[in-house]
Amino acid sequence: MDKNKIIELRDITMEYEGEQVLKGINLEIHDKEFVTLLGPSGCGKTTTLRIVGGFITPDSGDVFFGGKRVNDLPPYKRPVNTVFQKYALFPHLNVFENVAFGLRLKHTPESEVARRVGEMLEIVDLKGFDRRGVNQLSGGQQQRIAIARALINNPKVLLLDEPLGALDLKLRKEMQIELKKIQQRMEITFIYVTHDQEEALTMSDTVVVMKDGTIQQIGTPQDIYNEPKNAFVADFIGESNILPGIMHRDYLVEFAGNNFDCVDAGFEPMEPVDVVIRPEDISIVPASDEVLNGVVENVQFKGVHYEIIVRAYSDTWVIHSTKAPEVGSIVGITLTPEDIHIMKKSDVEKVNYFKSESESEGSSIEQEI
Amino acid sequence: MKKITSKIYIAAVFIFLYAPIFVLIANSFNKSKSRTVWTGFTLDWYTKLFNNEVILKSLLNTLIVAAIASIVSTILGTAAAIGIYNMKKITRSLVINITYIPIMNSEMVTGVSLMLLFVALNINLSFMTLIFAHITFCVPYVILNVLPKLRQMNRNLYDAALDLGCNPFQAFRHVVIPEIMPGIVTGFLMSITYSIDDFVISYFTHGSTSQTLPITIYSMTRRKVSPEVNALSAIIFVVVLVILLIMNLSDIRRTSPKKKKRVKEKQS
Amino acid sequence: MNKKYKLAAAPYLLWMIVFIVVPLILIAVFAFTTTVSCDAEGNILSEDELAEYLAECEENEVEPELTEKKVFTIQNILDVSKYSTVLINSAWLALIATAICLVIAYPLAYMISRMFYSRQKLALMLVMLPMWMNFLLRTYAWMTLLEKNGLINKFFALFGLGPFNMINTQGAVVLGMIYNYLPFMILPLYSVMTKIDDRTIEAAQDLGANSWQVISKVVFPLSMPGVASGITMVFVPSVSTFIISRMLGGGTNMLIGDLIDLQFLGNAYNPNLGAAISLVLMVFVFLCMSITNQIDNEDMEGVLL
Repeated sequence: MDKNKIIELRDITMEYEGEQVLKGINLEIHDKEFVTLLGPSGCGKTTTLRIVGGFITPDSGDVFFGGKRVNDLPPYKRPVNTVFQKYALFPHLNVFENVAFGLRLKHTPESEVARRVGEMLEIVDLKGFDRRGVNQLSGGQQQRIAIARALINNPKVLLLDEPLGALDLKLRKEMQIELKKIQQRMEITFIYVTHDQEEALTMSDTVVVMKDGTIQQIGTPQDIYNEPKNAFVADFIGESNILPGIMHRDYLVEFAGNNFDCVDAGFEPMEPVDVVIRPEDISIVPASDEVLNGVVENVQFKGVHYEIIVRAYSDTWVIHSTKAPEVGSIVGITLTPEDIHIMKKSDVEKVNYFKSESESEGSSIEQEI
Repeated sequence: MKKITSKIYIAAVFIFLYAPIFVLIANSFNKSKSRTVWTGFTLDWYTKLFNNEVILKSLLNTLIVAAIASIVSTILGTAAAIGIYNMKKITRSLVINITYIPIMNSEMVTGVSLMLLFVALNINLSFMTLIFAHITFCVPYVILNVLPKLRQMNRNLYDAALDLGCNPFQAFRHVVIPEIMPGIVTGFLMSITYSIDDFVISYFTHGSTSQTLPITIYSMTRRKVSPEVNALSAIIFVVVLVILLIMNLSDIRRTSPKKKKRVKEKQS
Repeated sequence: MNKKYKLAAAPYLLWMIVFIVVPLILIAVFAFTTTVSCDAEGNILSEDELAEYLAECEENEVEPELTEKKVFTIQNILDVSKYSTVLINSAWLALIATAICLVIAYPLAYMISRMFYSRQKLALMLVMLPMWMNFLLRTYAWMTLLEKNGLINKFFALFGLGPFNMINTQGAVVLGMIYNYLPFMILPLYSVMTKIDDRTIEAAQDLGANSWQVISKVVFPLSMPGVASGITMVFVPSVSTFIISRMLGGGTNMLIGDLIDLQFLGNAYNPNLGAAISLVLMVFVFLCMSITNQIDNEDMEGVLL
């Protein structure tokens, strides 16, 4: 895959109003890849995208397109196009003229403009909307126009900055599928910025998890979900129980007052660690002396499953199960060694703080830059 | 009952606003120089008006000053608004506050202060000083109309234009300027209006050969009886009426579908 | 956009400094200086010394050798108090005019704001139309009406009343202010009231408010920003007007504006005193505005249109 590397970021740093927004970003992006920059608000993902787009120049570090350094190349000379947050359609132009904007700048003959705009509108499923004003369209339709407007310039790379943020849940799911289809059909690279982990997992070939201006992990959605590198990634991607533990030796960890077999090795003897367990990996069994026992504190119906809060030892456990135990009852908890993920100790409190913030809003701070 | 009272009230206020003007207009057709006795219909005052060199000269002056002042103000003000928009917060609010001064301050003080400036710089009051003064009080209107349009504009629009292949100049021409055009046009029209209408500031900054129409009107009204002023008022009234009608008709046509819907919603 | 575009403001900044900032500084400079005569050695001469010296020169038939010098003084500012009756009179008349404007405009603005949309447009146009005529013409119109043998007195005569002495009175000056600046009160009031959602009024009624309570407890508090900017927009031009008083007050009712005019372009030529009065007027105006701005936190931009 390395031979078709088309974009490379090397040691990028960026400061904004005294704050270090990017602290040495290294990233390679390949041809026809769907890359998602994922992270909470203020993690630097939009800033990274804007550096690729050429809207801002990094303080230090280099940007390479196809092996050439392009730090000082202005946006209008880069082979990339952007779908902006809230679309940034031109309100004084109708749908046709918005899509045709890039072609007109290149003085494309009228007949070709008409043909290609028509094709593009067909791809985004908005045939016959040519003469509408952009403000008469729904959010989803505006979204499609923004994509068509960017794609008509035949960019090698399409940058998308939280493109689905303003849509409602159902439309968002539809557009996720649609975007993936468009990407495969056009055979180009997508760099996608979002704070929505589900979106990232659904569409991407590669997910780049970011926090506080640094990259936490790069990997396929499966890697990121199943083998999170640290507690932050584990907690940000999906829900997790993160418990303090002590690694006794390879393949044996102590937490919640018990010793468990696990599949991790390579820690110092008796090293304090974070133990990460996915709620759906925990099984509820009848209470007995053989297993960890706890009291059911709360049960909520979530549609596909129940979310069960169990207090066991001194920890609170979140468990997903299709069967609901009674509140107040005592249950047993079992785990298989593969479901126990051991991580180097990190600041878990901070993780939770960022997570709750990212859920409440988009990345308005980054938008300012 | 309530409706009738409010109708009478509205009618009374409008009579108060319009009666004096209609008396003026009626008198412009009165043969008698006296303003209270009707002695017959005549158009003499209009003929006299159009043969009055002083009035025609000052009308021409007014239009020249208004044209130059509003064009210069629009260019200066639009560029200023773009610059101010990109300033840091502290500088921006300082500049905006100073820009407000000519609008908020009493015209009298603005006029006097400009006169002192020209005297201090040893510049004779002339056509030039008059135009400088008019630009000074017109630019703020342009800036304060363009600036909100820039603020309303999606910050990404400019980036989007660059992204789609515009160089910075093209991005301004094809995207930013069309976006803020309504503000520029309003600022331009306000500049023309205020420039044509201004008396107080012109009074302190005009030279002896650069009388504008309001100044000429002032010197005519000091003679108390001058039926030509009546005729002039009548013409100005009709011109203003026509302009306002055109503006409102086009405005109603443009906004009516949306607004009608809102009114309906209100009623339902 | 890019930070470097702030350079686009450079020409205006220069203009602003030369034509807004410097003139205001000049007013302050003039207000706090006075011109004095000095003898050949540069010593300041008092008025008595000057007279003595001039007399001496005349006697000896030599040209007086005098130079002029500007010195700092607060005398001009102190002198303004000599005209305190004019200042108080101006403020008082402007205050009456503003109050009457508010009383007339408030119900009208409310009625207009509750009309059908197309009617609102028409009514607003009718309010603005007189404003587009030069205020000299509008004031001139009243001159003819208020005269001793003017139309109003003729009208009263039909009932055997009058003639009343109306022109050249303070009442006429106040009337001129009201007539000229009434639209400035109606427009901001209207623009605030039209934003009041019908549903808030319905909610008040639903909660048991009668018509009077709806006005006093909902409409009035919500319209305060409009009241504040209306007051500013009528009071400021009223207090500094000088032509209206001259045309309708017959020159006997001098206002601040006339006083300033007199110091610069009139017989009492004394720009230092004129600047001092202007400075006082300016400070007064900005004080009034900062008070009303406390209530009206809305952007002025909308109201100015």
